[in-house]
Amino acid sequence: MRLNCPCCGPRGLEEFTYRGDATVHRPGTDAPAQAWVEYVYLRDNPDGWHRELWYHGAGCHAWLVVTRNMRTHEIADVARAADVARLARENAGS
Amino acid sequence: MKLPWKKGACPSRPSGQTGRRIPANGIDPDRIIRFTFDGTSYDAYPGDTLASALLANGLHLAGRSFKYHRPRGILTAGPEEPNALMELRTGARREPNSRATVTEIFDGLDACSQNRWPSLRMDALGVNGLFSPLFTAGFYYKTFMWPAAFWEKVYEPLIRRAAGLGRAADAADPDLYEKTTTFCDVLVVGSGPAALAAALVAGRSGARVILCEQDSVTGGRLRADRTDIDGVPGWQWADRTVTALRQMPEMRIMTRTCVFGTYDGGTYGALERVADHIPCPASGQPRQRLWRIVARRCIVAGGGIERPMVFPNNDRPGIMLAGAVRTYINRFGVVPGQRAVVFTNNDDGLCTAVDLQHAGAAVTAIVDTRAEASDMAQQVARGTGARLFTGGTIANTYGRLRVHAAAIRDRSGRVRHVACDLIAMSGGWNPELSLTTHLGAKPVYDPELCAFTAGSFPPGMLAAGVANGTFTTAGCLHEGAARGQEAAAACGFDTELPPLPAAPRESYGIQAIQPAPRDQAGGDGKAFIDFQNDVTAKDVRLAAMEGFRCVEHVKRYTTLGMATDQGKTSNINGLTALAQQTGRDIVRTGTTMFRPPVQPVAIGALAGAHRGRHFKPDRLTPTHEWARQQGAVFTANGIWHRAQWFPQDGETHWRDTVNREVRTVRTAVGFCDVTTLGKIDIQGPDAATFLDRLYVNGWQKLPVGRVRYGLMLREDGFAFDDGTTARLDEQHYVMTTTTAHAGAVMQHMELCHQWLWPELDVHFISVTDEWAQLAIAGPRSRDVLRHVVDPDTDLSNDAFGYMHAAEITICGGQAARLFRLSFSGELAYELAVPARYGDALARLLMKVGAPYGIAPYGTEALGVMRIEKGHPAGPELNGQTTAHDLNMGRMLSTRKDFIGRTMAARPALTDPARPTLVGLRPVHAHDELVAGSHLLPHGAEATGAHDQGWISSATWSPTLDGWIALGFLSGGPGRHGETIMVHNPLADSQVAAVVCPPTFFDPAGDRLHA
Repeated sequence: MRLNCPCCGPRGLEEFTYRGDATVHRPGTDAPAQAWVEYVYLRDNPDGWHRELWYHGAGCHAWLVVTRNMRTHEIADVARAADVARLARENAGS
Repeated sequence: MKLPWKKGACPSRPSGQTGRRIPANGIDPDRIIRFTFDGTSYDAYPGDTLASALLANGLHLAGRSFKYHRPRGILTAGPEEPNALMELRTGARREPNSRATVTEIFDGLDACSQNRWPSLRMDALGVNGLFSPLFTAGFYYKTFMWPAAFWEKVYEPLIRRAAGLGRAADAADPDLYEKTTTFCDVLVVGSGPAALAAALVAGRSGARVILCEQDSVTGGRLRADRTDIDGVPGWQWADRTVTALRQMPEMRIMTRTCVFGTYDGGTYGALERVADHIPCPASGQPRQRLWRIVARRCIVAGGGIERPMVFPNNDRPGIMLAGAVRTYINRFGVVPGQRAVVFTNNDDGLCTAVDLQHAGAAVTAIVDTRAEASDMAQQVARGTGARLFTGGTIANTYGRLRVHAAAIRDRSGRVRHVACDLIAMSGGWNPELSLTTHLGAKPVYDPELCAFTAGSFPPGMLAAGVANGTFTTAGCLHEGAARGQEAAAACGFDTELPPLPAAPRESYGIQAIQPAPRDQAGGDGKAFIDFQNDVTAKDVRLAAMEGFRCVEHVKRYTTLGMATDQGKTSNINGLTALAQQTGRDIVRTGTTMFRPPVQPVAIGALAGAHRGRHFKPDRLTPTHEWARQQGAVFTANGIWHRAQWFPQDGETHWRDTVNREVRTVRTAVGFCDVTTLGKIDIQGPDAATFLDRLYVNGWQKLPVGRVRYGLMLREDGFAFDDGTTARLDEQHYVMTTTTAHAGAVMQHMELCHQWLWPELDVHFISVTDEWAQLAIAGPRSRDVLRHVVDPDTDLSNDAFGYMHAAEITICGGQAARLFRLSFSGELAYELAVPARYGDALARLLMKVGAPYGIAPYGTEALGVMRIEKGHPAGPELNGQTTAHDLNMGRMLSTRKDFIGRTMAARPALTDPARPTLVGLRPVHAHDELVAGSHLLPHGAEATGAHDQGWISSATWSPTLDGWIALGFLSGGPGRHGETIMVHNPLADSQVAAVVCPPTFFDPAGDRLHA
């Protein structure tokens, strides 16, 4: 498997570390306990497209949001997590 | 490649080769080489495989079958061989289960048959055949059911000895293996007409092309068949084409290279057999090389695999695949028999009759299962003088170590016995689809071809030729060229299709895969489907009758297709038998999946250079060489090597050394390399805020020039890591982490910064390798340092107190960092210098410290002193303990958010009954405490119900002259002074111990503030 790192270009899987679901979001300190339990422990295992976090530890150290098809391993998009997070904030703010 | 001798100019029979050699395209008859099989020496020619050389010497018997130990011959001429498995070479290079059909002969090759005793011709376990009712489908589950105790002692050893493959070498593999990666636009798999046409067109376009051929020579079936292309023998056309390809600058042709797997993202695994064909690799040359090929397009043109026919006793030596017979004749000049019967269900099999006759053998009968005689069948029968049995079948065969007769049943049911020493069988061809299905694509059944073809392809993959279900040479050339053009264009290289050479359009005319025979009256003999695992048509029928209708279940129940050949010759025949028994067609029966590797890959090749000490890198501290010169004993700390202790003359036990090192630090001064701790340089306006969110405690108020201890949690509320962070400037911090978690903390910080809080203006980088850091500890440490630091640094306690930090200069201007930190509990410093000066600093400290009695100390003394001081380390921060467990609950700030804050507040994680950090001292100071022991109330029975905690770290304390330990005890802090039992179930020992605060030595901290 190869990931097209936005900073480094296409690189082999062994340069990356998988973390997991990029669709869960860290609740605020005042969020109910259930929200925290879901954030820390509960994960979906979708059949099809999924967004997940990968770390380019043997490359640029960027965290990446990878849009990957869980059934075919097809990769539709690789974006820098920082860009995704910033965009999400801007959208939430506007 | 040398040309064979001219027709009609056959040399006299070479010495030792009993079989007659005829002109052939793949051997060099000018040189004779010798090899040994089962201890007897034989002749062969360069270019021979072990299989062709055995056949040339008249040896058909090549092995014994897996379960029944039946005599088996060479079935195929390629990597799909299920029978002729050999042990090659001797000693440390002995390699079992090597297929004779792909083993290139070299001078001195030593081959042995396997799974036989006492000899291949006379195998005692041949009696297994008589007990065959025991070995039917699912026999592992049925025969060896009870008593359960028999499995380990009786059944398993028995099965392992009887159902044997070869013996692996006893010694370590002496050879080198390599792993490497390469890239191309177009990867072409195979080197037959389709592959060569594809490579030619793609290569002309300017695309980067790699062509991989598993065989030692290119040409594929063009070497095996007498096919003319452009008026010359096909193999000559192939050689010319390859010569032309080699002229292309972007073309790479790799022979002896099997593409064995398709992986995600256009990645392919390939194994190059660099030195398998020579006695041993040259110095430094790898035996095999594992390639990862990243290709934008891949053209699969690896041809097909012929199916055997399924009939009673179809496994005798001398019964071979028809296409393989042609390979031996045309490529190797070996005629595998002199009186042949050809058994086929298609026109391609008939070519074997023609080639046999052309090679001088007699073809006595052609048995064609098709109801109507094809034009070709009639023509071939006339031409060869063979008797044609249209609509016939072979009812049985005879001959123990070599077939000597066939019972042919004609369409009317009459059985005739025909003498023969060779039966060439063709059940039709299966396109070699493996690479197309590795990512999960299901093949589809093509009733016209009576074979599965690729239903869909992985991204970037195309197929051409027989692999794509195109069975004529002209079609292969045309399709290969078209795919080559298509693949190149997809990579941005456009090119015209060149004119194609003239080539034949062979007829095939298959109508159905021949059904497996029903049980004959009287049980005429086993009709094998899977030759390697000894699975018969009856086994498949039995499995179906017992309710195994799903093809995946039948496979596992009967072991069909599960041998090392992965069912290359058996899967489709097994499927046909299952379809027949269950009354379904093949489409609805389905097929099993192919998984990588297509051919066996040695573990050595997968490991490459990563074995022994090269399995992981060595990470050495800057003082490593100095420590080695001091006679240090080293220990592994992850991939770091750290000095564990520094023995001196007269010390007979490591504990003597460690005790002396501890005493030196406690009474004078010692130093220790602590470079391995992770060091992260953090800068930016939001650095303090960032630290606030990473650590449980607050950082805003830490003054410049001070250090603070910090604890990090995971988001689930458990302790993650700890360390100290110094503030060197308003916006500049340097963090230390534990040695073990240095990488994980860095990764965690990257995630927090990039994903959780991208708005924070902070940057950080690991500087672990940039700084050599030495801890200098002991009452005289300040005195020693005064000789090192430049005079403008005031080291007095007032000016540079406990937990101070500064950027200073030493040795007359060399930049350094000084921290007043103490892990030992003594007056202590950590001095950091650029890594390249670490060695010099150690030598300097030895010199200037000598008058104060300085000595280096290792990780063991470090550990003893930190236990004496009650500092938690790896055994305490084991991922299952919380801040409360570590008595650090009060550090958790309530005025800010930080990672783990919410989850750490869960009631179960703050329950006072949780095992909490305590100190333990045995009632009798010399009673040993052992880490891992369980803590029980005094007098309680040693059962799980009474378990109240455990010892995490224990040591002999030379300072306190007794054993001490840190442990986690339920309700621990409230139980100081209580006597409990320490139970070590491994030694079945119990020691009474008193609970105490975890800081055993200098609890007030007077020494470190001195």
